Amino acid sequence: MAGQEQIRPQRRDDEPDDAPEPVAPTVQNRDAEVDALLDEIDDVLESNAEQFVRGFVQKGGQ
Amino acid sequence: MRRVMGIETEYGILQPGRPLANPMLLSSHVVAVHAAARDGARGKARWDYDDEDPLHDARGFHLQRASAHPSLLTDDPAAPAPSGDGPQELPRSAVEEYEDPGAANVILTNGARLYVDHAHPEYSSPEVTNPLDAVLWDRAGEQVMLQSVRGLASNPALPDVALYKNNVDGKGATYGTHENYLVDRAVPFTDLAARLIPFFVTRQVFTGAGRVGLGQRGERAGFQLSQRADYVEAEIGLETTLRRPIVNTRDEPHADPDRWRRLHVIVGDATMLEAATYVRLGTTSLVLWLLERQVADGGSGGALAALDRLALRDPVAAVQQVSHDLTLTARLDLADGRTLTALEVQRGYLEAVRTAVAHVGDEVDEQTADVLRRWESLLDRLGSDPATCAREVEWLAKLRLLEGMRRRDRLEWDHPRLAAVDLQWSDLRPERGLYHRLVGAGAVELLVTPEQVARAVVRPPEDTRAYFRGEAVSRYGGEITAASWDSVVFDVPGSSTLQRVPMRDPLRGTRAHVGDLLDASPDASALLAALGS
Repeated sequence: MAGQEQIRPQRRDDEPDDAPEPVAPTVQNRDAEVDALLDEIDDVLESNAEQFVRGFVQKGGQ
Repeated sequence: MRRVMGIETEYGILQPGRPLANPMLLSSHVVAVHAAARDGARGKARWDYDDEDPLHDARGFHLQRASAHPSLLTDDPAAPAPSGDGPQELPRSAVEEYEDPGAANVILTNGARLYVDHAHPEYSSPEVTNPLDAVLWDRAGEQVMLQSVRGLASNPALPDVALYKNNVDGKGATYGTHENYLVDRAVPFTDLAARLIPFFVTRQVFTGAGRVGLGQRGERAGFQLSQRADYVEAEIGLETTLRRPIVNTRDEPHADPDRWRRLHVIVGDATMLEAATYVRLGTTSLVLWLLERQVADGGSGGALAALDRLALRDPVAAVQQVSHDLTLTARLDLADGRTLTALEVQRGYLEAVRTAVAHVGDEVDEQTADVLRRWESLLDRLGSDPATCAREVEWLAKLRLLEGMRRRDRLEWDHPRLAAVDLQWSDLRPERGLYHRLVGAGAVELLVTPEQVARAVVRPPEDTRAYFRGEAVSRYGGEITAASWDSVVFDVPGSSTLQRVPMRDPLRGTRAHVGDLLDASPDASALLAALGS
């Protein structure tokens, strides 16, 4: 993924994955909202993602 | 802000479980759902191809038909467009015309055109005069398409379809969401194009819909701002299906060609977020107003000269450079040797518009003020805390979910679940589409209500010729044999000829102009008599 930069700082490899990072309260609220949305998405997302993605073929248009 | 504009959207289409299903056939079924809903003595009204001219190039020539790529030939050979103001007589065809299912075309009662274009169902919105109405009739288009999905699902004899308001399949195919703006013809096209290019290259920072995958075939893992960026290959050109240009030169105004140019913009992304659609149309319309100052008394107060300094050294490369930079800090090379970020280029346009507005000194209407406020606010926040724009900027709304999923499930960018999120994002069905989950959670800004959208599905805008077209179809549909952007052709029983009513001016045929006339005409004969008198 050369050239790809994220809008959040990258997690360093030496940090334990499940240690909580200090975050501002607004960011925590946003994260909670995202987690709730992800739970909903889990329910409706195509169960076989690979098959869905592979089968999503379109003809070129304008 | 008052400018005739509209959006045409090609939708992605699938038959779930049948990836090899024929998309042209599926698309014709989508359109047919709405044709079936139309009463008609002769069946559905044809599209009137007389004024279609897709090979006319704004640079002042016609592409030879024989050298045109076949995909450009979206018209039929037709009689020259008639002149004059009142209804014109046309002979009836001697034989019943063969209706090719691939040419399926419906004119809706809201004045929109629903048809099959290159293996996609396409909704071309009615003409509106402002970006908020553009959002409303674009959302109406989603509902029209959803009605087709539901209609096909309820009929066991017909295939089920899923429709997606997006622009890529991730494997190499791309299909467009085109904006159309009427522009003062007096502005020289070369100046118009040159001054638009840096704006189109950089507006992605708030208009991009986001895309999982880099490269035309998604061959590199990652995420980028824009769906269409990797398919832009030229600065200026006529093509729309290959060698796609930043500025398209198609010159088919569907209006008086001495007064108007229809700028046909093909580089934008389809957006589900209403605020994103609104600022895309609003900011572009304001930039066009600025560019029209070149030929207006009083000029621009120096704003146009400032704009010229924003010219880019390599605009096509810059499109991808901007799209692939999620930090919004990449510096673009300008023609004069300086470098600026995309946000700085956009700020240059905003400042230029503000300068010209102040110079002209007229009072600014509510939507103009609102668009200017939002444009400034977006540029400020994108430069300092982009996550705060996730309610208005689609690539940020999408990225927020994707980053959350990556973090929670430890996924790399090449994981199929991320691509699936990107695709299912724009599924029109509220129970499946991921954008609709955000709406339900109150996570995106809404500009129009469901009641307004439901009305816009069946009622046309009242301030353009879409009013006459939509109301004519609604009231006299059985007596209309053909229609187009600038005409309606009536076939009245007992008349020896057809009657073609031209509508050359997009700002006539409004409710103010013809509403009373329509109310007083119980049938097409009465209407034609009133129009001819």
